[in-house]
Amino acid sequence: MRIAIPVDEKSIGASVCQSFGRAPYFLIYDTDSKESEFINNSAAASQGGAGIKTAQAVVDYRIGALLTPRCGENASEVINAANIKIYKTTDASAPDNINAFINGKLSLLDEIHRGFHNHGSK
Amino acid sequence: MRIAVLSGKGGTGKTLISVNLAAAAQTSIYVDCDVEEPNGHLFFKPEGVQDEETAINIPSVDEELCNGCRICVDFCNFNALAYINGKLKIFEEVCHSCGGCALFCPENALSEKDKFIGKVQKGVSDNVTVNTGILNIGEASGIPLIKKLLNENELAGGSPTFIDCPPGSACIVMESIKDADYCILVAEPTLFGVHNLNMVYELVKLFDKPHGVVLNKCLEGENPAEEFCLEKGIRILGRIPFDDELGILNSNAQIAVREKEKYRTMFSSLLQIVTEEVRHETVANP
Repeated sequence: MRIAIPVDEKSIGASVCQSFGRAPYFLIYDTDSKESEFINNSAAASQGGAGIKTAQAVVDYRIGALLTPRCGENASEVINAANIKIYKTTDASAPDNINAFINGKLSLLDEIHRGFHNHGSK
Repeated sequence: MRIAVLSGKGGTGKTLISVNLAAAAQTSIYVDCDVEEPNGHLFFKPEGVQDEETAINIPSVDEELCNGCRICVDFCNFNALAYINGKLKIFEEVCHSCGGCALFCPENALSEKDKFIGKVQKGVSDNVTVNTGILNIGEASGIPLIKKLLNENELAGGSPTFIDCPPGSACIVMESIKDADYCILVAEPTLFGVHNLNMVYELVKLFDKPHGVVLNKCLEGENPAEEFCLEKGIRILGRIPFDDELGILNSNAQIAVREKEKYRTMFSSLLQIVTEEVRHETVANP
C-alpha cells in the first residue's frame, strides 16, 4: 500500500507540513517495496481550491492512506469519495509518523476544518 | 453621478452618510451593496417593494455522457472540479461561474444550471429609489449581486446614485466602487480609525478614484484621522460631530435629514461639496 504525507522539504527526516492543500511536497511511501519518493505539489500555488486539486493529485497516485495533521472539508470530500482513509499525524517527523501508522499507532483524523481560503495561519 | 461611500470597518458611518446624502438630494438612488448585512432599507422603509431573485450559473454533469477525459478538471482555474472514482465532483462554492468547463467539454456532458444566491429588492421612499442586494445566508460571494445592482442602475438616468459599500477593502468593495465617479471615505477619530482609513485610502488610490474624507464622530481635541488626512493631503469633505441627538435618531432607524432642519442643512452642505468635487474632477479628468 502507498501512503502519502505532506512535508515541508524533500529530505529524509522531513517534518510534516501543517497544511495539506498548500504543502510544497508529498512523501509517498510504499509499504510493500519500502521505497520513498517525493512529489511536488503543483496545487500549492493555486489561487483557490488548492485542497481540491491536491486531493485529486493524491488520489491519482493511488494511495491507500493519507497521513496529515489537518484537512479541509473540500479536500476531505475528494479523499472520502475515493475511499481513502485519513489519519492524523503527531508532532514527530514524517518517517516517524509513517512508522507509527504501520504499527497501528495513528488514529483517524476526525476533525475536518471549514478551510482557510488564504486567511489561515501557515 | 455615482458616489461610493466606504470605510475600512463596519460601524464607521457609511450607512448614516449614504442614506442622509441620498435623502438630502432632490431625487436620488440609494444602492445598498453591503449584501451580507444590508441595513439602508431599515431607514428608508421603501414602499412598493419588488423582489427579483438572482442566480449564478453552476455546471451540472450528465454522468451518462461524461467519459472522464478531465479536460474540465484541468481547465478550471479555481479547482472547482475533481474526477474521482469514475465520477465528476463539482464544488459549487468554489466555482466562479466562468462557464469554461461546459464550453470545453468535448462530450457535451456539462451544462449550466441556475443557482439562486440572493435577491435584489427595489422600492421607493419619497425622493429616493432604494435598491438593496440581499445575499442568502451561507453563500460564498455577493459579487454577482453587486454586479446586478450596479448594472441596472446605469439605466436610471441622471439622478445621483449613492452606493453604500460593504466594510473593508476586499473584492466585494472593489466591485462596488469600480464604476464610481467619486469615493467618500468615512473615518473615526481614533488610531484604529486611521488604520482602517488607510486601508480604503490605499484602495481608492489603486483604483485611481477621486476621493475625500468625512470625519465622523468628531470630538473636541486631537483627531488622528484628521492628522492622517493633513499628512497625506487628502481632501476633508466634512466633519460630523459626536452628537447624542444624531446617534439616537440613527439608532431608531430614522433619517436625520427628514427629522431635523439642522441635519438637513448639514448633509445638504456636504452634498453640495461632494457634487462640486465630482464636477471639478469631471472637468479636470474627463
